[in-house]
Amino acid sequence: MAATDVDVFSFNTVVLRLLPVLGDITLQICSPSWLSQSSSVASFISRCCLSAPLQLHSLVVTNCLSFRWNEEKRSLNLGGHVGFDSLPDQLVSKSVTQGFCFNILCVGETGIGKSTLMNTLFNTMFENEEASHYQNGVYLRPRTYDLLESNVHLKLTIVDTVGFGDQINKEDSYKPIVDYIDTQFENYLQEELKIKRSLFNYHDTRIHICLYFIAPTGHSLKSLDLVTMKKLDSKVNIIPIIAKADTISKSELNKFKIKIMSELVSNGVQIYQFPTDDEAVSEINASMNALLPFAVVGSVEEVKVGNKTVRARQYPWGIVQVENENHCDFVKLREMLIRVNMEDLREQTHARHYELYRRCKLEEMGFKDTDPDSQPFSLQETYEAKRKEFLGDLQRKEEEMRQMFVNKVKETEAELKEKERELHDKFEQLKRMHQEEKRKVEEKRRDLEEEMNGFNRKKVAAETLSLSQPLKKDKDKKK
Amino acid sequence: MAVQTQQKSLEGYVGFASLPNQVYRKSVKRGFEFTLMVVGESGLGKSTLINSLFLTDLYSLEYPGPSHRIKKTVQVEQSKVLIKEGGVQLLLTIVDTPGFGDAVDNSNCWQPIIDHIDSKFEDYLNSESRVNRRQMPDSRIHCCLYFIAPSGHGLKPLDIEFMKRLHEKVNVIPLIAKADTLTPEECQQFKKQIMREILEHKIKIYEFPETDDEEENKLVKKIKDKLPLAVVGSNTIIEVNSKRVRGRQYPWGVAEVENSDHCDFTILRDMLIRTHMQDLKDVTNNVHYENYRSRKLAAVTYNGPDNNRAAKGPLSTKSPLAQMEEERRDHVTKMKKMEMEMEQVFEMKVKEKVQKLKDSEAELQRRHEQMKKNLEAQHRELEDKRRVFEDERSNWEANQRLEQQKMEASRTLEKNKKKGKIF
Repeated sequence: MAATDVDVFSFNTVVLRLLPVLGDITLQICSPSWLSQSSSVASFISRCCLSAPLQLHSLVVTNCLSFRWNEEKRSLNLGGHVGFDSLPDQLVSKSVTQGFCFNILCVGETGIGKSTLMNTLFNTMFENEEASHYQNGVYLRPRTYDLLESNVHLKLTIVDTVGFGDQINKEDSYKPIVDYIDTQFENYLQEELKIKRSLFNYHDTRIHICLYFIAPTGHSLKSLDLVTMKKLDSKVNIIPIIAKADTISKSELNKFKIKIMSELVSNGVQIYQFPTDDEAVSEINASMNALLPFAVVGSVEEVKVGNKTVRARQYPWGIVQVENENHCDFVKLREMLIRVNMEDLREQTHARHYELYRRCKLEEMGFKDTDPDSQPFSLQETYEAKRKEFLGDLQRKEEEMRQMFVNKVKETEAELKEKERELHDKFEQLKRMHQEEKRKVEEKRRDLEEEMNGFNRKKVAAETLSLSQPLKKDKDKKK
Repeated sequence: MAVQTQQKSLEGYVGFASLPNQVYRKSVKRGFEFTLMVVGESGLGKSTLINSLFLTDLYSLEYPGPSHRIKKTVQVEQSKVLIKEGGVQLLLTIVDTPGFGDAVDNSNCWQPIIDHIDSKFEDYLNSESRVNRRQMPDSRIHCCLYFIAPSGHGLKPLDIEFMKRLHEKVNVIPLIAKADTLTPEECQQFKKQIMREILEHKIKIYEFPETDDEEENKLVKKIKDKLPLAVVGSNTIIEVNSKRVRGRQYPWGVAEVENSDHCDFTILRDMLIRTHMQDLKDVTNNVHYENYRSRKLAAVTYNGPDNNRAAKGPLSTKSPLAQMEEERRDHVTKMKKMEMEMEQVFEMKVKEKVQKLKDSEAELQRRHEQMKKNLEAQHRELEDKRRVFEDERSNWEANQRLEQQKMEASRTLEKNKKKGKIF
C-alpha cells in the first residue's frame, strides 16, 4: 500500500494518540490492518503535521504500532583523550565511601540450618540463640551487622523466620513474612513521598534476597513450601536451596533437584534467575541457572584434611567439606549470591519488586497517570486535585452537620409550637366553658331578681290589702 | 528509627569486596548522562571552550554556534551528543543561552534560563511521581559555567544578579573567559576581586567536597586557591618547540591551552570531567533538586493550589498525603467539638423554650383556677340569696295562708254571727 492510499484512509479507521513522553513522542496507532504497513505509515506520518525537527528513532511493534521520535542525538568522534572514562570510577569511589547495604531473609523450618549457613557464608559467628519448636506463630527477627572486607563496608541485615513450620496449623505462616516485606517497602515509599526527604543516606531495609530452605526429604516440595514461595515470588527475589545436603546421595540429589524445579514451574513460582545480559558474567550465570536449587552444607567447625584445615562436618564414614564443589554447592551459592550478582539483586529489588509494590499502593490511593482525556498528570496537578477533593470532602461534611442541626432545630421548633398551640386551645376551651358558666350564673341571678321583685310586689300588694281589711273589720265591730 | 548494628570481623574470604566491580560493570552498561549549561555574553568564547573541553566539534559549520545566530531575546537551546571513550558511553547535553546579556536592557534576561532549569526539574519530578515509572532520563542541568568578561576590574552588576538568582538552583562555576588578555598579575588581582565580591554578595558557587584522602584534599585546596578559573579555548594545533599543542597564535607568541602556566584550562577539564563530574550530578540530585521538590510540594499542601507563598514555619518532613491525613484527623476533632457546642446550644435553647411553655401553662392554669373560684363563690352567694329568699317567701306565703285562713275563719264567723247569732 502506497503512502497516498493511507492518506485516503483518514482517521476513521485509525486512532491516533499523541503521548508526549519526556521529549519523546510516542504515537500509538491502534488498527490491526496497519500492522503490516509499518513503513508506509511511517512515511505518511512524517509527512504529516509534525513540524518540529524530529527524526524517526526506532520502531517498536507491540500490539499497536509504536513510533518513537527523539530529539536529534548526534554521535561524535573525539579528537583526543577527554577523560570521562573515569566516570565509572568516580561513581564507584562514591559508593564505596557511602558503604553498601544488603538484606537477606532466611525462610525455613526450625533447625534446618539457616543460622549455620549464614555463619558459613560470611565467615563469622553471628549471635543466634537456638529457637524452640514451641512458638505460637511465625515471627521475624532482623539483625544488622557491619562488615568490612578490604575497603568495602557492608551493612548486612539477616532476617530470620522464627517458628516457621512448627505450628500444627500452618495456613497463616506466610503472613508475617509477607507483612514484613511489605512494611519495608512501605517505609521506603513513605520516605520517598515525604516533602523533605533524605534518600541518599536512607538505611535501606528492603529485602534483597530470600533464601528458601527446602528440607532434604528427597521426594518433593512440601505444600507449605509451595504456598509460601507462591506468595513471596512477586515480592522478593527467591533462591531456593536444599539444606543439609549431606543427607542426600548424588543420584538422589539430581532427581530431587529436577522434581523441585518441575514442581516450581508447574505451580508458576517465579524464582530469581541470574542475569545473562552482561557478557562478562552471562556464561557463568547461565550455567548456574541450570544447577538450581543449590544443595548446601554449612559448618563453622574446622577439620584437618590432609595438611589443610577446612570447614567441614566430620562423620564416622567421612568428612564433608563445605568448600569442596564435589561435596556440595556451597561455593556456587557464595559465588552467585555475593561475588557476582549482589548488585543485581539490589537492583532487581528496587527496579522490579519495589516498583510493583509502589504501583499497587498508589493505584489503591487513587493516583492515576492520565486523566480521561489521556493527558498525563503532573504531580502538582495530581496533588492539587487530591487536595481539592479532600477540602471539598471536609467542607461537605461540615455542611452536612450544619444542615442536620438546622433540621433538628426546625423540627423541635415545630414540636414546641404545636405544644403551645395545644395549650392555647385547651385554655380557650376552658375560657369558653367558664364564660358559659358565668352566663348561666347571670341567668340564675336575673331569674332570682325577677322572682324577688315579683314576690316583693306581691308582698306589697298583699300588705296594702291586709291594711285596708282590718279597718273594715273594726268598722264592723264598732256597729 | 535507629537500627542497632554490631561490628563483626570476618575470619576468611567472603567475597563482597567485589561489589565495587559489580557496580562498575553495571554503570558502564547503563551509560552516563551529563547536562552542561554555558552562560555568558556573546563573543566570550563559550563554544570554543566547549569544543576544547570535549575535543570535538560540537559547534561546527553545520551547527553554528550562538555568534552566528541573530536573536532578539534570550533563547535556551539544547544539543545532545553521544560520545564514547574507553568503553564508557556519555550522553552529553550542552545547553546554550544565546542572547544573554546582549540586549541594551538586560533586566530579566536570566528568567528564560531559570524557567528552563525549573522545567527540567518539573519534568523529572513528574516522571519520578508517575504510577508507572520507567527509565527516568535525567535531563536536569548538572553544571552551569558562567563566563565573566575579562575586564580586569570586577564583576558586572549583571554577573552578580545572575549568580545570585541561580546559585540555589544549579551548580554555578564562574570562569574568566579569554584569559589570554590578562597578565598573570592582573589575573591574580582580578580573581581576588571577584572572590571578594562573591563572598560579599553571599553567592554560593559550587564547592568542592572534602574527602578523607589527604592527597585529594591537597589537590582540592590548590583548586580552591585558583578560583575562579581563567580559561583559554582553542582547537587549532600549532607547533611549538617541535611539540604539537593546541593554542592561539599571536605575533608575540603562542598561548597554549593546556599549559598550566598560561591558563587554568587543564584544571577546569580535570575537575569538570575527570574527577568531579559525578559529584556535580550528586549535588544536583541531592541538594538542588530536593530543594525544588520540597518547595513545590509544600506549596501544594500548605496553601492550596492557588497560593504560591512560601510555607510559614518549617517544612514538614511528611509526605503531602500524610499531611492530608493529619489535617483530616484535626478536622474530625474540630467537627466533634463543633457538634458538641451546637448540641449544647440547642439543648439550652430547647430547655428555655420548654420552661417558658411550662410557665405560661402554669400561669394560665392559675388564672383558670382563680376564675373558677370566683364563679363558684358567686354561685354560692346566689344560692344563699335564693335560699334566704325562698325561706322568706315560703314564710310569708305561710303567713299569708294563715292570715287568709284566719280571715276566712273570721269571715265565716262574721257571716255566721250575722245570720244566726242574733237570738
